[in-house]
Order: sequence, then structure tokens, then C-alpha cells
Amino acid sequence: MKTMFLGIDVGSVSTNLVLLDREGNLVAKTYLRTKGRPIATIQEGLAQLAEKWQDTVKIEGVGTTGSARHLAAVLVGADIVKNEITAHAIAASELVHGVQTVLEIGGQDSKLIIIRDGVVTDFAMNTVCAAGTGSFLDQQAGRLGLPIEEFGNLALRAKNPVRIAGRCTVFAESDMIHKQQMGHRLEDIIAGLCQALVRNFLSNLGKGKEILAPIVFQGGVAANAGIREAFRVALQSEIIVPDQYDVMGAVGMAILAREEWLKGNTTSFKGFDCAGYHFRQSGFECQDCPNGCEVIQIEQDQAVIARWGDRCGKWSGLKAVGTGA
Amino acid sequence: MKITFPHMGNLSLTAETLLKGIGLEVIVPPACSKKTLSLGVQHSPEFACLPLKINLGNYLEAYELGADTALMVGGIGPCRIGYYGAIQQEILRDLGIQMELIVLEPPDAHPRELWDKIRRLKKVSWKRVLEAIYLAWHKTRVMDLLEEKALILRAREANKGSIDQLLGEARLQLERTAKIAQIKWLGQDYLSQIESIKLDEERQTVKILLVGEIYTVLEPFVNLNLEKQLNSLGVEVLRPLFLSSWINEHLLGGILNIEGTKKARELAKPFLNSFVGGHGRETVGCSVQYAKRGIDGIIQIAPLTCMPEIVAHSVLPKVTEKYDVPTLTLYVDEQTGEAGLLTRLEAFADLVRYRQRRLKKNENHVFGY
Repeated sequence: MKTMFLGIDVGSVSTNLVLLDREGNLVAKTYLRTKGRPIATIQEGLAQLAEKWQDTVKIEGVGTTGSARHLAAVLVGADIVKNEITAHAIAASELVHGVQTVLEIGGQDSKLIIIRDGVVTDFAMNTVCAAGTGSFLDQQAGRLGLPIEEFGNLALRAKNPVRIAGRCTVFAESDMIHKQQMGHRLEDIIAGLCQALVRNFLSNLGKGKEILAPIVFQGGVAANAGIREAFRVALQSEIIVPDQYDVMGAVGMAILAREEWLKGNTTSFKGFDCAGYHFRQSGFECQDCPNGCEVIQIEQDQAVIARWGDRCGKWSGLKAVGTGA
Repeated sequence: MKITFPHMGNLSLTAETLLKGIGLEVIVPPACSKKTLSLGVQHSPEFACLPLKINLGNYLEAYELGADTALMVGGIGPCRIGYYGAIQQEILRDLGIQMELIVLEPPDAHPRELWDKIRRLKKVSWKRVLEAIYLAWHKTRVMDLLEEKALILRAREANKGSIDQLLGEARLQLERTAKIAQIKWLGQDYLSQIESIKLDEERQTVKILLVGEIYTVLEPFVNLNLEKQLNSLGVEVLRPLFLSSWINEHLLGGILNIEGTKKARELAKPFLNSFVGGHGRETVGCSVQYAKRGIDGIIQIAPLTCMPEIVAHSVLPKVTEKYDVPTLTLYVDEQTGEAGLLTRLEAFADLVRYRQRRLKKNENHVFGY
């Protein structure tokens, strides 16, 4: 049996699982669309890995990240749970030697992480607005009837990118429609959109931050050649896109899980079998005070394994209730 | 007359004691909740900052309980809070709500006005007013001292919730008493109870300074329990802004010798040389003051669109550069989601921790050779 580490990143748009070996090499990865069903997607990802690796691999550590990191941790039995920013920074500094800046654009958020001497020294994450993230690009590609994979390449063919208002997703869309109706070429509009999104990213997140090379660009949107080119022009610097750009969060968590193992901790991984367990999620609104917290509870084979969502801690404190252990 | 006031952290303890002390009938609004927020947001201009909206929610909830008069602070200078009283009064009038808003201007700008207004509320003797102030002051100070200690120790408490339970008990006891001697005794008793709580000695903690706009710093509902969240991430929170130090500086003319933000205002130079309203200058000054003492990070919090804090925010990178302390700025409004806030706090705590570890490693190198 080969020792391996599992990293899981459950984001708004995609759910990624990776396996790293003892030396830290990427052995397997899955990239699935979350489609609003995180539990089923995590189980599907696990099942895919299990099919190929279950008999030859022993998982010695599991790490989870992404917006559903706590959910994922409860489902599979994770050893370490971390936020996306740390996970992405760890992966970037492990894979790209001497990296100083990480640009990350995912499904619904974007991040700028500043790293100096291997340590995160500053970061910014989009706050009040999600303009320019993957979901918007998806939507626009859909509206124009283009496969998302070709969207960025088309931008590279632009000769005269038009200026698109990129401050707000809705206004960007109206502006694009307007430019189409004026008769601008599609590639010029798409290139303009890429530039607008990069402009928005840099002015929202990059304000007051020192963006130094080497610059790594990761997250699903890094696949988009148009955005890559727009960053290259705006920052006047080479943009490095690692091979594993789309699963960097999961890679970071597998690296951290491996560190836990090196420290001598044993894993609490429930095994690949949890792909087949019956999980049920239910929720209720607590009526005990005017806050009306929406409490979520997760059941595994009719036993409650976790609760969260309450402000006062009265429900999340009851973690062990009903586990029958 | 049934009088009420907006919530801001432990302000209700102070205000209730003071107003009851001068013989008024007081209605304390229900603690800020989602209901308060939705009521406030529904009737407020969208681009006003969060304090206006939640204050309004507080008045409306107190009105349901029978309040007919509300107190509000005024203010001079660039912070918009100065005219919120007037706006809130107009909104209430438009809603057809019979409630009079009494705006208290800061006495450091208009000496006597505050005292005159208090006396106008109720014809009582000066002696009684002073006694009420004295009592309210002591309760506030005791509560603040307990909280200050909790902000540090909660980062390492072995049984989660044990300190909060003590704080809750202390608060109830303080509400019930009207004797200075007992207040002092309660303060000492609970302080020693908090200090002797079982701690997780293994837990490595980091120190983070919390600065920003006073309302968002002090009201846990608005900052989504920021301090507790930080504590549970193993962060000791240092906070220069307390209600009692504010009262001492602005209402009592700084006659008491407790650390406030006066020195910080001087230290804000040369980064920020002028008064920009609110606590903008204090944010910068306190950052300098505490960075010199040695902290691992700074968190600034403010309501979205808060002008004084935006000015401070744009100055803070210079402080970071000079003193090598990382900063994180958080803006909150009715749209703020808890998940997003928590992700940022976690990431910032990680950042601070990794930096601290690296700094220690470097020291070891130096001394190891």
C-alpha cells in the first residue's frame, strides 16, 4: 500500500480532490462542478478516486478547504481544515519557487496574496462585489453561445479591444450588449471585458499592495488566455500558471495534511467507504431568541454528526448528540 | 416620559443606571438582533452607514415597548453621526411615530449643554445628577476591566464559554446593585474568577490590536462577534477603545488617570496630522502606539462608507511599512456575511502566526550560532 494524502477543496462552483504521495507529487486529481450539492459532489469525487486507488493506496492525512470546508471535514473525517487563502498560498509557494504574488480567481471570489520569503505577508479578498469572477465569465460565455474554454482564446485575436465598464457585473453586461449592438467585433468586446475585469481586480484588491514577480495566477479562471494576457499587460510581467492551477486549493490542503502526518499525527479519515454512506442534511430556524439563527445539522446513518449556524453556540456545542457511540 | 437609547456594547448598563438614577422611567430596547437590523434597514436611506440603521431599529423596538423619548449622541466634524439624530427624528416623524429624539452634543465642544439637557429631562438636584453619573461610571468601568481581561484570556480558555458565563453573571449583578462598595467588590471578585479560569497552557497565541470606528468595535452584533471569533482562533485581542475611556475623555474631561487615546492622537503624526472625524486619528495613533509596544497584527473595523476610517485605512499601509506589522481592514454593513468574515479572520490569524514563527526561527538562527 502506498502512503498518500488527500486534499479536498469544495468551492461555490467546483469541488476538487487531489492525492499527493509522500514526496509531495500529485498523483491524481478530480475536478467536478459542485452544482449546489456539495455532499453528493464530495462523495462522487471520492468514489472516482476510490475506483482507481482504493486497493493500492493508504490515506494517511486529509485536509479540506473552500466555502464548504467544515462540511467536507465532517463528511470524510479531516485532519486539518483551513481557509482558502492559506491553502492557495501554501500550494503556490510549494510549486513555484520564490513566488511573491498570487492572483487567484475562483467561481465567486477573487484573492490577491502577497508572499515574501515563503510567508504570506498580506492578502485581499473581494468584499462587496463579485464582478469579474468565474461565474460571471461563465454566464457571459453562455449568453454569447461560446464554450467557456474558447472564450479566452477568442480575446487573443482582438485587434482593437473596446473599453467595457467592469465595475459592476450588471453594468458590464449592459455595456457589452450596447457595444455588440454598435457593431463592434466579438473578439474586441471579449478582450475589452478581460481588460475590464483585470482593471477591476487590481483596483479593488491591489490598492496599496506591492505586486512583485514571480507572479502566479491560479484558480479556474487562470484557464482563460484572455485574462492571462490582460494581467500580463497590466502588470508588465510574466504570469506563471502552474499545471495544477485549477486544483491549487486542494493541493495546498494535501500538503498541510502531509505536514500533520510528518508531525506524527494519525489520520481520522473515515476511508473511501464514506463515498457510500448515507448523509442527510436538515435545517431549522432556532426560535429561542430574535436572532432566529438557521441551524444546519448533518446526519450520518440517522445519527447527528455535526451542527452549526448558531450564534450562541448552544447547538454547535451539542456535536456528539445522537451519535450513539 | 419613557426614555430609551440605542445599544452599543455595554452602553445599556451605563445609560440605564444613569437615567434611572435621575429618576426617569427607562425602556431598554431588546438586544440587537436580525429583527432590529431588518427594521432599521427597511426605513433608512441605503447609503447611510450601519449605526444609523441599527439605532433606528433600536428606537422602533423600544417604541413597541412603550418608549416615547430617545436619546442620541450628536457630534461635530466630518463623521456623519452628528446629523443622524436629526435624520432619525425625520424618519420617525414620516412613519407617524410619536417619539422625541433628544440629541446630546459632546460636552467637549459645547460645555454645559449636555448637563443642561439632562437637567431639562428631569428637574432634579445637581447632587442627584452627580450621584447617578458616579454610579454609572463605576459600573461601566468595572464591566470594561472585566471585558479587557476576557479579551486576552478567552484565547486560551480550556472550557469554551466559561469566561462568557462569568461576564454574563457579572453584568447581571452590576445591573441589580446601586452601591458603589458592592460594585467595587463585584469587580474584584469577578476579575479574580476570570483570572483563575482553567487555561490551555499549550495553546500558542498571537496578539492583535483591534481599532476602528467605535460603534462597530463595541457592538458585537454589528461586528459579528469579531472578538470572540478571534479569541477562538487563539488570538489575544488588545482594544484601546472602551466606553469608560471614552466617557472619561469626552464627558469627564479626562480627569481620571486611565489610559485612553489622548496619547495616540499625538502619535498619529506624522502619518495623519489632522482630525478627520470619528476615531480616524485614534485608529492610526493607536496602531503606532501598540506597534511600538510589540503586537503581531492590527485589525481595523468600520461600517462600510465610514469616511474617517477610510482616511485611516489609506494611511495604515505606511504604518505597516514602518513598524512591520500586518493589518487587515474589515468593513461591515447589513450585507456582511459571516462566512466571508470568518475566512478572512482565519487567513489573517494564519498569516500572523506564520510570520511570528518565522521571526522566532530567525532569532534562533542568530542565537544558535
